[in-house]
Amino acid sequence: MAHDPSILEAFFEECEDLIIALTEGLTEMREGHADTETVNAVFRAVHSIKGAAGAFALDELVGFAHKFETVLDELRSEKLETDEKLMRVLQRAGDILADLVDDARENAPANRAVVDPMLAELQGFLGPEGDEQDAAEEEFVFEALSLDVGMPDVGPAGYCVSFHPSAEFYALGHDPALIIAALMELGEATVDVNMQDLPTEFADFVWSQGYLSWQIDIAGLTTDLQIHDIFQFMDDICALEVVSLDMVDDIAAQPSVDLADELTAEEIKTVDAPEAMGGPTGAAAPVKEQQKQRPAKKPAATTLRVDPERVDRLINAVGELIINQSVISQRLQEADLPNLAELLADLDDYKFLAREIQEGVMAIRAQPVKPLFQRMMRIAREAADATGKDVELITEGEATEVDKTVVERLADPLTHMIRNAIDHGIEKPEDRVAKRKDSQGQLRLSASQRSGSIVIEIADDGAGLNRSRIRDIAINKGLIAPDAALSDQEIDHLLFAPGFSTAEEVTSLSGRGVGMDVVKTAITALGGRIAITSNPGFGTSFSITLPVTLAVMDGMIITVGDQTMVVPISSILETIRPDMSDIAKLGLNSELFRIRGEYVPIIDLAERLGSQPSQKDMIDRVLLLVQTESIAQCALAVDDIFDQRQVVVKSMLGNYGEIDGVSGATILGDGKIALIIDPDAITSVMAAKTRLTTDDREAAHVRAS
Amino acid sequence: MSEQVDAMTAKEMEFVTLVAGGQNFCIEITQIREIRRWSPVTILPHSPDYVLGVMNLRGAVIPIVDLAAKLGFEKIEPTERHVIIITAVEEKIVGLLVESVSEIIGVSTDMVRDIPRGPEDATTRAILGIIAIGEEMTKIINLSILSSKKDQVAA
Repeated sequence: MAHDPSILEAFFEECEDLIIALTEGLTEMREGHADTETVNAVFRAVHSIKGAAGAFALDELVGFAHKFETVLDELRSEKLETDEKLMRVLQRAGDILADLVDDARENAPANRAVVDPMLAELQGFLGPEGDEQDAAEEEFVFEALSLDVGMPDVGPAGYCVSFHPSAEFYALGHDPALIIAALMELGEATVDVNMQDLPTEFADFVWSQGYLSWQIDIAGLTTDLQIHDIFQFMDDICALEVVSLDMVDDIAAQPSVDLADELTAEEIKTVDAPEAMGGPTGAAAPVKEQQKQRPAKKPAATTLRVDPERVDRLINAVGELIINQSVISQRLQEADLPNLAELLADLDDYKFLAREIQEGVMAIRAQPVKPLFQRMMRIAREAADATGKDVELITEGEATEVDKTVVERLADPLTHMIRNAIDHGIEKPEDRVAKRKDSQGQLRLSASQRSGSIVIEIADDGAGLNRSRIRDIAINKGLIAPDAALSDQEIDHLLFAPGFSTAEEVTSLSGRGVGMDVVKTAITALGGRIAITSNPGFGTSFSITLPVTLAVMDGMIITVGDQTMVVPISSILETIRPDMSDIAKLGLNSELFRIRGEYVPIIDLAERLGSQPSQKDMIDRVLLLVQTESIAQCALAVDDIFDQRQVVVKSMLGNYGEIDGVSGATILGDGKIALIIDPDAITSVMAAKTRLTTDDREAAHVRAS
Repeated sequence: MSEQVDAMTAKEMEFVTLVAGGQNFCIEITQIREIRRWSPVTILPHSPDYVLGVMNLRGAVIPIVDLAAKLGFEKIEPTERHVIIITAVEEKIVGLLVESVSEIIGVSTDMVRDIPRGPEDATTRAILGIIAIGEEMTKIINLSILSSKKDQVAA
């Protein structure tokens, strides 16, 4: 069956939501504060995935979800005891289900090596009895299960199924008699046929049209799931109403809260009649009314699905608005008008409003990191299983909101880092015990917002970095000179050097040699920074600092030669107009700047960017004291500072390509483009260059200029 | 785009003719977004000599390439009278600095000839074909040279 790709996409989006609900529920269950409703919610999530996947003929997914659901059903009916082992299996099953959904989305074949053992494990909980039931269900024969759904006093007596096949139903060769027969097997059933739609004149009769509808009352059923199973593949070709029998009885008399609760608990699906059918759905109408009135038990968060492109257009337009505001502001200053003060005050209002709009638009793109963190939980479990280590992943600050792009693009680096931490950081249980640590390792993943930045930390309580080994490897791989004097911090940062991999043996999890430098590149591409701190014997912690939004940043407007540029405020510690006495020569060309007793290297920004070094004396220039990850502190020499303002970041990647030392561009008030300097790249090249010989340095300069 | 093209399948194409490095060239009109006067650009660090810098085109940052230098001629000293042709190739927007733009010519595809085999240089490698118009001849520029992989590395 060919499907509209947009419908399929909607299915996968829904699956994402369902998997989030599933993961949440399973976590609650594992932590032990779950009630019957949680179990039901988990069951419903799996069931919905199965149902929808069936409609798209995603057999792998259906098969797995079915087995998973069967185990959950046993749990729900308290035939199975919740213990640690079962919960572990269920959580893994949840992970695999999520993987299967991803596989299906990418049209990739399922990973049988993972799926099959899990199926067997799930089957293990079912035992022979479950097997029978399973086989039976395949043949569309159901045994009545007495399920406790958590409402002992108002257990429904059964269900009333209204069923009206459409013309398409017949055209596809379905037989209502078989459906009715299947329904009748569910319990004691009475079938009524409704013939009122039949035309009175024979001439009006269209042979292909479906005129008949049926109402089947099934007694003794406590759940409608089996009913929905029967109609699973016919949802869109017949009109279907499934209503609890006592609902039908009490419907007029008692629109009470109890009833509503019960309705919520029952999964009621209302399927709209397809156009081909026409005519009223009869008895179903009052029930629909009733559903509308029921108070929601948990008010569902109303969300809006918007095409991200529309939001991006809006963000772009708001960016232009802000640029426009600075253009007007600049023009006004130049115009020297009589009532300038008033105008500027009005303009401030305009600025304020523009900012507000911008923040609002940005908030649309912001998403909590929760789904990302949940995915990391999965990764951590998989990694722990694969390495035979016992690891607990603790997440904090899941509600922290980050730009959607950031959330998406963080997934890969975080996955890598989590795997690394479990594979290399956390020791094997026996080693941990020997070190008098808890045999279970702890991995902490936290997100928080700190003054315009999002900080994500990954900390393990493992062995910490083995600095002498990192050093040896770096020397072996020619990353540093054998006699290089490096601080601990510099050694730690060698991890981010391209081609560095510390794993003694390459494991399937990590250590493919593309490790941390890829992580660093990904973070830098997002305008973020990554730092590492390690305490030997007590663990390693990575801290990723990201801008809240990618579209706007606070920048210092500077001039270098005749060019105007922007340096991100976030990396500037202070700006200094130096005294001659604070400048010290170091060798032929290099200069050092003394600040509070410390000497920091001075980088001439113009020279570093490949243009002529400034002829101005250092005392006529301004030094920006910047902090980057490669060099703790360093002074960037620029010609002048203009202003500090919010700039709209434009990417250069699309039309041009990457430029060393430049992270992007922005448009200034006068319509000119100013490049945004990337202090990390500027200083990291310098850090690398100091390790090269003088000849290399000259060669590099020739290439750069 | 060869002489073998049957007259039946020949299509009408339009080209904008221009002068760069003192020679006649042309660009297919569908690849051109707009034509504007030269205005000072923002210089890019570490860029090849034919990349003049970037300019602001209604909020988009686009690189400006000196077409003459790119084709191996002398660099153009840009003045107010020089022209920038904004082109769109493979979703990239690039501005080309040229000496002047002359006219729009409509030719049928069977008038486009392959370049005769001969010694190759930076210019001939950038030419897709030639069109003879009376006594004059103009060369079609292959704009994809502007976004070749090699340049991206250099950038």
